[in-house]
Amino acid sequence: MSGAEPFEQRTLSAGIVGDAFKQVTRKVPSGEPPPWPTNAELNVVGKDVPRMDALDKVTGRARYTFDVQLPGMLYARTLNSTVPHARIKSIDTSRAEQYPGVRAVHVLERLLMAAELRDPGDEAKEPYPVVRFTGQPIAAVAAISARAAEAALALIKVDYEVLPHVSELADAMQSDAPPVFPGPTEQRATAGGGGAAKGLPQKGNLRGPSTGGSRGEIARGFKEADVVVEGEYRTQVQTHTPLEPHGLVADWRDDELTLYASTQHVMSVRDEAAEIFKLPKEKIHAISDYTGGGFGAKYGVGNYGTLAIHLSRKAGAPVRLVLDRREEHVSVGNRPASLQRLKIGAKRDGSLTAIELHSFGTGGVAAGAGVGMCHHSMYPCPNVSIEHYDVFTNAGPCAAFRGPGQTQGIFAFEQAIDALADRLGIDPIDMRNKIDTRDADDVRARAAERRIGAEKMDWSRRRPPGSDAGPVKRGIGMAQSMWPYIVNSYTTCEIRVAGDGTVDAFCGTQDIGTGTRTVFAQVVAEELGLEAEDIRVHVGDSRFPPGPPSGGSRVTSSLTPAARNAAHAMARDIAERVAPLLNAKAEDLVFRNGHIQLRDDSKTSLGFFESLRRAGVERLTHRADRRDDYEGYARKAGELHISPHAIGGVQFAEVCVDTQTGAVKVERVVAVHDCGRPINPKLVESQILGGVVQGVSYALYEDRRLDAATGVQLNANIDQYKIVGSRETPRIDVHLIELLGGQSSTDARGVAEPANVATAAAIANAFFNATGKRIYTLPMTPANVLAALRSE
Amino acid sequence: MRTFEWVDAKSVDEAAALLATTSASRPVIAKAGGMDLLDLMKEGIVQPARVVNLKSIRSLGDVRLDKSSMQLGALVTLAQIEKHAGIQSHYRALAEAAAHAATPQVRNAATIGGNLLQRPRCWYFRNEHFHSIAEADRSENQYHAIFDNQQTVMVHASTLATPLIAYDASVHLPHGKGSARAVALKDFLLPPSMQRDRDTAIEDGEILMHVSVPPIQPNTRCAYHKQTERDSYDWPICDVAVVLQMDGDIVASAKIVLGWVAPTPRRAVESENVLAGRRLDEHSAVEAATAAVRGATPLAKNAYKVPILETVIKRTILAAR
Repeated sequence: MSGAEPFEQRTLSAGIVGDAFKQVTRKVPSGEPPPWPTNAELNVVGKDVPRMDALDKVTGRARYTFDVQLPGMLYARTLNSTVPHARIKSIDTSRAEQYPGVRAVHVLERLLMAAELRDPGDEAKEPYPVVRFTGQPIAAVAAISARAAEAALALIKVDYEVLPHVSELADAMQSDAPPVFPGPTEQRATAGGGGAAKGLPQKGNLRGPSTGGSRGEIARGFKEADVVVEGEYRTQVQTHTPLEPHGLVADWRDDELTLYASTQHVMSVRDEAAEIFKLPKEKIHAISDYTGGGFGAKYGVGNYGTLAIHLSRKAGAPVRLVLDRREEHVSVGNRPASLQRLKIGAKRDGSLTAIELHSFGTGGVAAGAGVGMCHHSMYPCPNVSIEHYDVFTNAGPCAAFRGPGQTQGIFAFEQAIDALADRLGIDPIDMRNKIDTRDADDVRARAAERRIGAEKMDWSRRRPPGSDAGPVKRGIGMAQSMWPYIVNSYTTCEIRVAGDGTVDAFCGTQDIGTGTRTVFAQVVAEELGLEAEDIRVHVGDSRFPPGPPSGGSRVTSSLTPAARNAAHAMARDIAERVAPLLNAKAEDLVFRNGHIQLRDDSKTSLGFFESLRRAGVERLTHRADRRDDYEGYARKAGELHISPHAIGGVQFAEVCVDTQTGAVKVERVVAVHDCGRPINPKLVESQILGGVVQGVSYALYEDRRLDAATGVQLNANIDQYKIVGSRETPRIDVHLIELLGGQSSTDARGVAEPANVATAAAIANAFFNATGKRIYTLPMTPANVLAALRSE
Repeated sequence: MRTFEWVDAKSVDEAAALLATTSASRPVIAKAGGMDLLDLMKEGIVQPARVVNLKSIRSLGDVRLDKSSMQLGALVTLAQIEKHAGIQSHYRALAEAAAHAATPQVRNAATIGGNLLQRPRCWYFRNEHFHSIAEADRSENQYHAIFDNQQTVMVHASTLATPLIAYDASVHLPHGKGSARAVALKDFLLPPSMQRDRDTAIEDGEILMHVSVPPIQPNTRCAYHKQTERDSYDWPICDVAVVLQMDGDIVASAKIVLGWVAPTPRRAVESENVLAGRRLDEHSAVEAATAAVRGATPLAKNAYKVPILETVIKRTILAAR
């Protein structure tokens, strides 16, 4: 529909507000609203509007999937594999079916999330999915109580033919390692991203290489280099650990299937259920009022959801299946471990001549364990060679996780740049000033961010590495963050205004805790001259107009222009109706402070609700789409439209290292970020705080540990799986850049992922500055720290 | 978690009688703060038929501190110990250990009795999976013992035991009407085992009624330190309690106890011998710490604990100065 419309040349303001602001010309679809001025000149957008659902959340009124209670609802529990690799010869559920209170038992026919054999071969004849990790879901029981379901599980008899297994990345890479799959595999992408390039070779457990991003001649690049730095970096498996585990309540009726899901994408829940159960999409209603965190792992209906739906159909009653903490750690996603051999060459002045990466990642039984796009896209370099292999292990499948790949990649890459700067005797900030020269507006933001961050961190006090004489050493370091600016290929918003003055805004996206409801309301309120709290926002329902998944840092960038366009159309419609009442022309009317008034004469005005009444409005509805970015996209990958510009920031860390106990304390982080136009600076800050805290947690503590002999995760809890706590949370100073790109009707971009991806690298570079030693291995536990301090 | 019966005990005698009815098929288990027991029940490692609640016994929650000794009722919480002015001034190492255990919320509920009787935090022990198979090889042994680890690599979990052993504490164990015994804490704790249902010398029908600590001599200096990966809430890499009898700036005698490095808290006799008769300074502290770790036999993944323990011993000795 957008293609048919005419375009016009418009002059827009673009650049960093308060710094480098200039006029640009863009080809804009004619129907687009006029550009907004800077945030300072807006009334609701750009303001710290309190999170609209805050009170509901802190009082417990907010209904999460975990809280859904339906009449006659049954409780389901899952039977998980107790062995890491096996053929299932038989499953006997008869005793479980007879257990008092049990209403249904279902055995899973197909495993989602894991890679699938390109040619199923003999496995096609297997009666049940082959078990490839300890904790793999096999069957589930629905009963009148969770306790009865649990007791019945113990009565299911599974006869395994146990096969050899391998748990660790390094072991799985060996040519004689037990193969996790008997042949080459493919990994489909989900709505959350992930997936792996099709048709890659696979030898044993090694799938690849993928060489995307390679260019030039690597040998020549190193020949031209004056200095070369090399390192072997290792990162651990991190599990998502959302407060609310994955879960779904399925209510199968003859005419409709209702799914209450803890999800990042209601549409993907509907679509995956439709595919698996061969139902028309209209027959499925997916609802997600609140989701207690996802971080990339909550897409689709999942194995647990599939089981819940089967059980509901069999039992003829609603079924609730919410994972326990152990299952949450083991079977529904993680950030893959990586091994990155990285070699970079540069000229004496710092300019990069060669980047060579050999990397391996393991996402357990899932492919898609890459290490991001930073190595080849962050800084210009003529010669890049990338070889990445996914390595299968008998461990739970990976899933997208806040900056998938990029978090692992930047840990290595930004340390290598730091090492290069050190070797060349160039300050790390000057080094980035030299090499950070992509032609994109966010690169110019990055320069400002370096300047601001250096000031806030008092960078000039930075001393040579290892300056402290005693055993406790302090240092500061910095690293850059970069993530694509992504727009979802489809987003539609609908605004309804009723004669009584109520304003309803609808979009089939969801709010997973980021504040989507609030920014939606702010944008609509801005156009209608109302307050955010005057807008009733409706999200988290597959019956609403299609909205973006809450992943890839793309909700605000996709949602807000559609919301504004719909609200703008609504405002113009109302203005036409009200103009005669004020003896004015519609184009002279503006919406401000709850009134509709003449632009230049605030005395000629009517209250918003009063005008609707007097104009005889009963109900008005307007819908609008997210139009393509005015400058278009660099590339499109499925529903991801990727801008030539990006998003990111610069993070600075100050650390204290006790070189005798190996204890690392992050004392302070300064995070300076850009996200286009910040719609709600407070919520953006909140995202960045969360990203930094999760980054500190990744850098210092989190580490999924498997027992090699059994494949059992030993720390599948939140006691021994260590996550940053209040005492380890550093002082975090956030600073935002208002960067207008002249790209959409709101110019908003995302922030969730860039807030997280640079933190571990910044801490590692501070560690080097403190101790004079590089830390190549995450997490920075005392064991790894003492090993690093002893090295060389 | 399985269903179970719940009984509020009114007296120590009643609790002892109820607990004496335990059998393999119908386990009867005592509950104080419930911090450990509930975790064990949720993991399916303990499946009591009946839980005897001791919290309903009024007399077990008192701290009695006078010139001759200190008596801590089994239900005294870690928060009480942490905040007790007398303990802070006379038994500082114990107050410190209590203050650094778990979280404020847990310390409000956890009792000293339960703390001493808790099962190991070994992640093999805590996983039901490894209770159903033959002895696990425990290849992930980064948090396990670096001393005396031939029989078992598990370490006793109580951090209060570390200073209490340094203070020569004993436990008082009544058994039915009138009869009771006192056992030195160092003998009471046993190397953890997955085959037993307890890691102490307590017997069926016995109640841990209170902990007795002898009086502190004049010129005693003490200190405690728990070394962790994380500050907020974490189990130790090691913890160290130091109790020194001073004669001016000379150490007359020393008691040094190391927790979380051996199956039960380990007296660092080698360090004590180095310090006895020496001036307390950086030099003697370093020497004492080095002596303590000389006999360490670390496992594949816990050699890092050795230098950390050495540092913590040195620092804790100096902190007692």
